[in-house]
Amino acid sequence: MSEPMVVFDRVSKSYGALEVLKEINLEVAPGEVLSLIGPSGSGKSTLLRCVNHLERIDGGSITVDGELIGYRQVGNLAYELPEKLIAKQRARIAMVFQNFNLFGHMTVLENVIEAPVQVLGVPKAHAIEHAKGILDQVGLADKLETYPRMLSGGQQQRVAIARALAMKPKLILFDEPTSALDPELVGEVLDVMRALAEGGMTMMVVTHEMAFARDVCNRVAFMDGGKIVECGPPSEVLANPTHERTRTFLSKVN
Amino acid sequence: MDAPSSTLAQANDTDAGQKPMLTYVPIRGYGRKAAAAALLIILGSFLFSIAGNDNFGWPVVGQYLFDDRIMSGLLLTSWLTVVTMVIGVVLGTILAIMAMSSNGVISVVANSYLWFFRGTPVLVQLIFWYNLAALFPDLSIGIPFTSLWYSVDTNTVITPVMAAILGLGLNEGAYMSEIIRSGLMSVDSGQRQAAKSLGMTNGKSLWRIVIPQAMPIIIPPTGNQTIGMLKTSSLVSVIALSDLLYSAQTIYSRNFQTIPLLIVACIWYLSATSILTAIQSRIERHYGRSLLQADAPVRWRLFRSS
Ligand SMILES: Nc1ncnc2c1ncn2[C@@H]1O[C@H](COP(=O)(O)OP(=O)(O)O)[C@@H](O)[C@H]1O
Ligand SMILES: [Mg+2]
Repeated sequence: MSEPMVVFDRVSKSYGALEVLKEINLEVAPGEVLSLIGPSGSGKSTLLRCVNHLERIDGGSITVDGELIGYRQVGNLAYELPEKLIAKQRARIAMVFQNFNLFGHMTVLENVIEAPVQVLGVPKAHAIEHAKGILDQVGLADKLETYPRMLSGGQQQRVAIARALAMKPKLILFDEPTSALDPELVGEVLDVMRALAEGGMTMMVVTHEMAFARDVCNRVAFMDGGKIVECGPPSEVLANPTHERTRTFLSKVN
Repeated sequence: MDAPSSTLAQANDTDAGQKPMLTYVPIRGYGRKAAAAALLIILGSFLFSIAGNDNFGWPVVGQYLFDDRIMSGLLLTSWLTVVTMVIGVVLGTILAIMAMSSNGVISVVANSYLWFFRGTPVLVQLIFWYNLAALFPDLSIGIPFTSLWYSVDTNTVITPVMAAILGLGLNEGAYMSEIIRSGLMSVDSGQRQAAKSLGMTNGKSLWRIVIPQAMPIIIPPTGNQTIGMLKTSSLVSVIALSDLLYSAQTIYSRNFQTIPLLIVACIWYLSATSILTAIQSRIERHYGRSLLQADAPVRWRLFRSS
C-alpha cells in the first residue's frame, strides 16, 4: 500500500474546558473517500477544520501527504509555522462549506480563478481556460458572468466545488455540503461529488446523506463525543454496526 | 367612462360561461402627482422671490464669484478636504484593524485613540498642533538608548498648513475608523474562512475579499464625512489660513456686503458638494454591481412614475 494521504495521530483539541477531540487516530489513503457521520456537536466539523489548520490542535499531529500541518518539527518540539507557510499548505487542501461561502462581489468565473491567480500565481488567461473547463464539468458553463446571489443553492455549491478544484488539490474536505440545500437540489451536488470520487480524488465528507455514504464512500467513520467510535466499510458500519451508540444514531437518521 | 370599465361591465353581461380576460389598470396616483406639482410651484415661487430680491445683491455676487481671493480660498478648502480625508481613510483603516485585533494591548491603544480624538473639540486640536512649538520647541527622532538622534526646530516642521493637516486628518481618522470597522464587521466570517482555506494570507483576504464587500457599507457615511469636512475645514481660519469661508469674510469685513459674499461662498460649497455626490454615486455603482438585478437598469429619477 502507498503512503496514506492524511494521518491523524492522537489528535486532541479543546475549547476552554470542553474537550472536542479526544486522541483521534485515523488514516485516509490516497483516492479514498471517507465519510464522517455522527450526532451534532460530536466534533466532525472541528476534526475537518484541523486538517487545514483553521483550528489549532492541542495535542498529537496531523500530516497531509507526509507534511506536518501547521508546525515545523525539531526533535520533540513543534514550532508553529509562519502565516505564509501555513497558507501554502492550505493552498493544496481544498474545503467546501455548508454555506458555500462564495465571494459575493465576484462573478462565478472570478470566484474560480481568484485563488489560482492570487495564490498560485497562474497567468490569468491560463486560469480562465482551466476554470471554464471545470465549470463545464460541474454543469455551469453558461453561468460564467453571473453573480452568486442570482444562483440557486445547488448551483452555488457546484461553483464552490469548482473553486476548490481549480486549486488542483490533493485532498478536498466537505463540511455538510448539502445540508443548506432544498431537498430537490441535493442530488445535483452529490452527482458532482460522486464523479470526483470516481475520478480518484481523496475526500473527507461530513454528511447526513446516508445513501451517499453507503454508495460512494470507501469507509465510514462514526463520531460521538469527540471520539471515533467505529470506522470501516459502509457494509459494516452502516449495515452491521457493532456499537450501541452507532445503532442508536442510525435508527434516528434513517 | 374609459375602456377598462367597459371590460368589467362586459364581465357581468357575459353568458358564455367563461370569464373574459381582465384588463389591468395601474393606480393613477393623482394624489402624488398633485403633491409634486404643489411642491414645484412652492419651490419655484420661492426661488423667484429670491432671484428678484435686490437685497440679495446679485450684481455683487457676480462681481466676486471669481475673485482671486475667493478662488485661492476655494483651492485651499478643496485640497485640504481631499488630503485630510485621504489621511482619515488610511488611518481609519489601520485603527479599525487594530481595534478588531485579538491582542488586547493593540485594541486598547486603538480605542484610546478614538476616545481621545472623538472626545475633544477639533478646534482645540487644531490650536494645539498650531502651538506645538510652545510645548516642544524641538522635535527629535531616533533610536532610544543610542546616539542616533535627529532633531529639528518644531516651527519649521509644523507650519500652519501642517497643523491644519494634522489636526483635521488625525481627528478624521478616529471617525473613519468606526465607519470602516462597521463595514468590515458586516462581512460574513465565512468569507474570510473561505479565503484562508484557499491559501490566502490575512492581508490578501482583507484586501481582495473583505474590503471590497465592506465598501457598500463604508461609502455612504464616508461621503457624509467628506462633505462635512468641506465645511469643517473652515475652522482652519483660527490658525491663520484663508479657506473659502474666511476669504469671503475678509472681503465683507471691508465692503460690508455680507450677504452677497456669503452667497458666493455657498455657491462654491454647493458646487463642490455636487461634484462629491456625483463621485460617490459612481463609486457606489462600481461596488454595488454584484447586487444589481439583471433586469434592473440604473435610472436617474426625481419622482418615480408608477
Ligand atoms: N469556536 C468554538 N468555540 C467554542 N466551542 C466550539 C467552537 N466551535 C465548536 N465548538 C463546540 O465544539 C463541539 C463540536 O463542534 P463541531 O465540531 O462543530 O461538531 P459537529 O460538526 O459534529 O456538529 C460542540 O460542542 C460545539 O459547541
Ligand atoms: Mg458541523
